[in-house]
Amino acid sequence: MFIQPNLLPALPEMVMLAMTCLVLVVDLFLPQEKRGFTLLLSVLTLLLTLAAVVFVAPVDSISSFGDSFVLDQLAVTLKIAVCIITILVFIYSRDYLIDHDIYKGEFYVLGLFATLGMLIMISAHSFLMIYLGLELLSLSLYAMIAFNRKSLMASESAMKYFVLGAMASGLLLYGISIFYGITGTLNINELAALVAAQADQNPVALAFALTFIVVGLSFKLGAVPFHMWLPDIYQGSPTAVTLFIGTAPKIAGFAMTIRLLVDGLSDLQVDWSQMFIVLAVASMAIGNIIAIAQTNFKRLLAYSTISHVGFILLGILAGTANGYASAMFYTITYAITASVSFGVLILLNRKGFEAENINDLSGLNHTNPWYAAMLAIAMFSMAGVPPTVGFYAKLSVLQAVVQVDLVWLAVAAVLFSVIGLFYYLRVVKVMYFDEVVEDQVTSIKPSLDVRILLSANGLSLIGLGMFPSLLMVYCIRAFA
Amino acid sequence: MYADWPLLSLVIWTPIIGGILVLFAGDKEPSGARKIALLVSIVTFLLTLPLYSQFNTDTHLVQFVERESWIPAFNIEYFLGIDGISMPLILLTSFTTVIVVIAAWEVIQYRASQYLAAFLIMEGFMIGTFSALDSILFYIFFEAMLIPMFLVIGVWGGANRIYATLKFFLYTFIGSVLMLIALIYMYNKSDGSFAIFDFHYLPLTLTEQVLIFLAFLVAFAVKVPMWPVHTWLPDAHVEAPTGGSVILAAIMLKIGGYGFLRFSLPITPDASAELDWLIITMSLTAVVYIGFVALVQQDMKKLIAYSSIAHMGFVTLGFFIVFRIMDVDSSAQGSALALEGGMVQMISHGFISGAMFLCVGVMYDRMHSRQIADYGGVANTMPVFAAFMVFFAMANAGLPGTSGFVGEFMVILASFKASFWIAFLAALTLILGAAYTLWMIKRVIFGGIANDNVKALSDINKREFLFLSLLAIAVLVLGLWPDPLVNVMHATIDNLINHISISKI
Repeated sequence: MFIQPNLLPALPEMVMLAMTCLVLVVDLFLPQEKRGFTLLLSVLTLLLTLAAVVFVAPVDSISSFGDSFVLDQLAVTLKIAVCIITILVFIYSRDYLIDHDIYKGEFYVLGLFATLGMLIMISAHSFLMIYLGLELLSLSLYAMIAFNRKSLMASESAMKYFVLGAMASGLLLYGISIFYGITGTLNINELAALVAAQADQNPVALAFALTFIVVGLSFKLGAVPFHMWLPDIYQGSPTAVTLFIGTAPKIAGFAMTIRLLVDGLSDLQVDWSQMFIVLAVASMAIGNIIAIAQTNFKRLLAYSTISHVGFILLGILAGTANGYASAMFYTITYAITASVSFGVLILLNRKGFEAENINDLSGLNHTNPWYAAMLAIAMFSMAGVPPTVGFYAKLSVLQAVVQVDLVWLAVAAVLFSVIGLFYYLRVVKVMYFDEVVEDQVTSIKPSLDVRILLSANGLSLIGLGMFPSLLMVYCIRAFA
Repeated sequence: MYADWPLLSLVIWTPIIGGILVLFAGDKEPSGARKIALLVSIVTFLLTLPLYSQFNTDTHLVQFVERESWIPAFNIEYFLGIDGISMPLILLTSFTTVIVVIAAWEVIQYRASQYLAAFLIMEGFMIGTFSALDSILFYIFFEAMLIPMFLVIGVWGGANRIYATLKFFLYTFIGSVLMLIALIYMYNKSDGSFAIFDFHYLPLTLTEQVLIFLAFLVAFAVKVPMWPVHTWLPDAHVEAPTGGSVILAAIMLKIGGYGFLRFSLPITPDASAELDWLIITMSLTAVVYIGFVALVQQDMKKLIAYSSIAHMGFVTLGFFIVFRIMDVDSSAQGSALALEGGMVQMISHGFISGAMFLCVGVMYDRMHSRQIADYGGVANTMPVFAAFMVFFAMANAGLPGTSGFVGEFMVILASFKASFWIAFLAALTLILGAAYTLWMIKRVIFGGIANDNVKALSDINKREFLFLSLLAIAVLVLGLWPDPLVNVMHATIDNLINHISISKI
């Protein structure tokens, strides 16, 4: 018998889909000089989605579509974060797109579809839904990277990302198929129950399947040794797209990890925690050490991302509600911090000049003290220096790790973050201590909306650092 | 009337908010920024005075307490309060900042507002460090102050400033991250409290204590700095602008010493007793070996930097000799002498080293050289200045009647109870200190005029006279009449000695 599913929990996704189609159609009829309307409509889409998320937000948790879609506290918080960050991305990247002659409606349509994919990933509670969301996100991103047809490097990046992304998806699918073979279900809730029953009889097969899932996830998150694609993609993509890839999808990746491993495979926590220990230490080590040698700012941020993924994994591997909450806090604040870093970088781009090397930031404090300060705050936050939010994120992850008696892991983490501090300080050094290189950085005058949003974005790093509870309560509630 | 005021919050946030205002005042009209900065620093100093006048010297309990829940998820509190150990250091901080602002008046022309703002914000963070009673709050202030100092050295420093400032930041950061792990460990042990006083009463096994002690040691030894992790200090001092050197020497180093008193001794008393030989050895090495190193320096700032390390060796010696004294003398008096000696030495060194760096700064502004060899016979052209410099040099060498003598004398006297040889080695500093300081004075100040540059020197102006005489008064008063300082510490120090004499195991 066909039962009408409860559509309400999926209202945000439906709003987004409908609006995205509208944007797609409306954009067709707009002349180039009115492209701003597409942006406006896209931002409106995100705002409406945001409103829908808040509107349907349940007290605890509701599921629908035969339990394959769930809207809980975790989903609500992460969806809000994704929507806000995507709005920032769209607005920050406008001037860049204009200057590089790629100010086209497709950018926003693809971006919205990618966001839709993320929202689905966040709420997905069956293997099929997770995979659908992931592919919607990935396919949109492939196209966005290759968006600048004239750039060889971007095409190469898109190709790389496509091949490696497809392989990662394949590995993930393989793991999923083995789990389906063992349990006969695609639903996460049923999976959890069946895995618990099977754990004693079939440990090898479960561990085998789990390995593929973890590898697939590590690929998507960019954990060492599955990180090779990240620096190339970050560097090769147009900065506007790097800004997007480097922020919101991290949140979706975190959600996917939680849905698969914590919701579905918590009985195998001992196994995946051990795998994560290796991945986390390797990510923090490789990410931080290789970042030192980078001269390209986008590559540097890519390696920094890798090291931050290590920290996020640390929180997850603790295997406690506390740890998950701290990893969630870390992911969201990392995305906010990264949007400041890329946001400042993207401002420096002008027609015919692609700012992407660290040296392009020389003397930024002389020409643009305010934006230099914003980027400096972002750098200190990434390094985990108080009073920025990055410190508190690290503190809560470390606390979770120490709580489960993995003190050595915490010690390793902080020592690697000292190494990390070095290259973040180098960026500050270039901005504050170096002289202006002739005709590289001039005074930038972004439009008012960018100015306000970027300033708010940068100051939020200090605000959240001083009052982390504003966000932390939602993270704790998500895993209560 | 002050009882209801959140005085500590005021003295922390006034300079920080004032600093941000100065930042916005901008460099178009630097005199405006200067005036705001001076006003803010003086107001902050005045606000710290009630901390002294209203201070109850009869109790060891913390006073002026402010306690609010801050981050409930981890039970982190906005918990402020001061006792006899922290209060003098807060006064030292606010006093020194006024001096630094005056000293920067005409000297700093390049981005003056950012320079002054950095110092004001740093002042707030430093006072916060001294008054925080929640360990995470302490850690936040402790780390946050690195950022303005990093920028001060890097932007306004000398030729090799970038190397020096990176080294400074990385050294201090690497020291403190291990302390963070120790704090989190104790948080889990204490069922979810980050309050420092809860840690004081936390039972810990000897192994735990030793590990925690070592984590703290790394953090504070780098900050003090103790031999052999002192190498960042000469670099940082030499490259820093005058104000940066003054703040570094006068206050930042004291935070290491303060940390030993606030964390290491009371939280891990057994480990401290067990490992006191380590600290005593490191301190004596600093006193003797670094004293010799100071003797051969060609650069005045470097010489004073090394002398700072030697003097801070006295502080740590005073703090950790107490266990030896307690073994031979059951009354608390001898140990109290050692701890109070260390404290007096910290305050006095704050004034003297700050003054010495300012003196070098005065000369550097005129000659743009710190090399001893470039000077000679300065007394002939700058007689007033020479009088000040000689006075501070005497104080640095520990001349009786100046504050430099009091602390050193107390520590040496206390050490005698523990061991003759420790006292003997420590007392060598009086000779070495006199040697390197006075020899520098001889070469720089006295003698015939060495070259035309010295001949062209003009004596100090009113502004320079003002800040040097303020410091001279402080050094003299503290040297002749240290009671007002020692009295406020008595109750706290006695309680600390009681606390550490009881084993936690």
